[in-house]
Amino acid sequence: MIPFALALALSPQLAIRPQEQAVPPYEHHDANAGATPFRGAGMWRAFHGSDGVARIVDRAIDLSQSDPRISDIFKGHDMIRLRRTLKEQFCYILGGGCGYSGRTMAAAHRDMGVQVADMSALVEHLQSAMRSEGIAFAAQNRFLAKLAPMHRTIVKR
Amino acid sequence: MERLTYRGMMTASLTVALAAVVVTSPAHAAERRNGGKLLLTDGVASAEGAAGGGLATWAVIAGNETRDGIGGAAHATYIALPDYDLTSVGAALGVSDRVELSYAYQTFDTRAAGAALGLGRGFTFGQHIIGAKLRVLGDAVWDQDTLLPQIAIGAQYKIAEKGDVIRAVGGRESRSVDFFIAATKVWLPASMVFNTTLRYTKANQFGLLGFGGPRQPDRTAQVEASAGRLVTSNLLLGVEYRMKPNNLAFAREDDAYDLFAAWAVRRNVSITAAYVDLGDIATVDKQRGLFLSLKGGF
Repeated sequence: MIPFALALALSPQLAIRPQEQAVPPYEHHDANAGATPFRGAGMWRAFHGSDGVARIVDRAIDLSQSDPRISDIFKGHDMIRLRRTLKEQFCYILGGGCGYSGRTMAAAHRDMGVQVADMSALVEHLQSAMRSEGIAFAAQNRFLAKLAPMHRTIVKR
Repeated sequence: MERLTYRGMMTASLTVALAAVVVTSPAHAAERRNGGKLLLTDGVASAEGAAGGGLATWAVIAGNETRDGIGGAAHATYIALPDYDLTSVGAALGVSDRVELSYAYQTFDTRAAGAALGLGRGFTFGQHIIGAKLRVLGDAVWDQDTLLPQIAIGAQYKIAEKGDVIRAVGGRESRSVDFFIAATKVWLPASMVFNTTLRYTKANQFGLLGFGGPRQPDRTAQVEASAGRLVTSNLLLGVEYRMKPNNLAFAREDDAYDLFAAWAVRRNVSITAAYVDLGDIATVDKQRGLFLSLKGGF
C-alpha cells in the first residue's frame, strides 16, 4: 500500500488520463519542460493560442511519423500522451499559462537513441508546421531558440 | 607527487590522444549516417574553398553531416569586376562536423588591364589553396542558451602560379600558409548570424599576387567580419568585411566588402549572389562588381 500511496502522491494525475498508457511515477514540475517560459502573452498570441499550438503539434507529429528517417522512433510510443504533453510543454514555454505535467527531457528520451540528425528532422517538421500555421518567422526562431539547447539531454549517442 | 619522466609524459600525451579519439568516436558507437544539418548551417563556399561567407572563412564545417557522418560540397564562383575576372572552383569534405578539408583553384584574369600592366592582354594569375579546419568548441546553431560561439582554427596552404611575375612585382614568395581562428554564432532570437575571423597572413590579393613584399615581408593579423539575417529558413542576407594586408609597393591593396544573399534552392544546392567591392587591384581602382557562386553538397 505504501508504494501505491507514494505513487499517487508523486503523480496525482496518473490515473485520470483516459487512453494513455501508465508511466512509472515521477515528480511533476514545470521545470521538467526544460526551458523557461517567455514573459507576457506576446508569444502565445503569435502562436494563435491553444488552437494554434494544437494544430502545430499535431501537424509536426504527423509529419514526423510519416518521415522514414525518424518514424521508427515513434513506433510503440504512446502518441496520445506525447501529443498532450507536447501541447502542454509548448503552452508552458510560450507563456500560455499551462502547467507541464510530463517528464524531464532526459527521462522522456532515455534509451531512445536520438541522434542530432533525428532532432534536425523534427525541427524541420516543426518549422513546416509553424509555416502552415502562418507563424511569423522571427517568432518561430525565438521559440526554436528555447528548444535547441535541449539537444544536450535529448541526444544521447 | 609523481615525478614527471619522459616515459610518463609520453604515456600522458598518448592517453590524451586516445581520449580525444574516444570522445570523437565513442565505443557505444552511434549509427553512422550522413545528412542531418539544418538548412544553410554549413554556410556557403568562400572563394578560398572553406565553408564560410563569400569572402570570409567561418567556423562552420562544410557538408550536411552531423557528428555522426561525413558530408561534402563542391563550388564554382565567378566574380565579375570592371577590369578583372576572378574565378574559384573547389570542393570541401566535412568529417563528423568536426574536421574540414578543402581545396580550391582560383584564377585572376587581367583581361585588357594585363596589357596596360605590361603582362600581356588576358594574362591570368592562379593559385591552389589546400585548407584544413578543426572545430574546437561550441555549436553555432544548437547552443542557443549561451552567447559562446562555435570556434574553429585552421590553415590554408596557398601555392601561387606565375612566381616569376610575382617576384617581378615585389612579391617575396609564391607559396605560404595562412593561419586563422574563426568564431560563428547563429543567434536565433534575432534570426541573426555573426562571424569574426582573425587571419594571420602575408597574402597579396588572397595570394594570387604572392606573399609578402617591400612594405611588409611578414604575416600580419587581419580581421574578417560578417553579419547576416535569416529572412526565411532558406534565405540569408548579409554583409561582410575583410581586411587585407598591403605588402606590395607597386600598388595599393584595399580591404574588401560585400553585400550578399545566400539562397538554399533545395537541401543540397545553394546560390550566393553578392555585390562585392575589392577596391584597388594592381593599380586599377574601383574594382566593384558581381559575385556569383553555386554550391552543391551532401
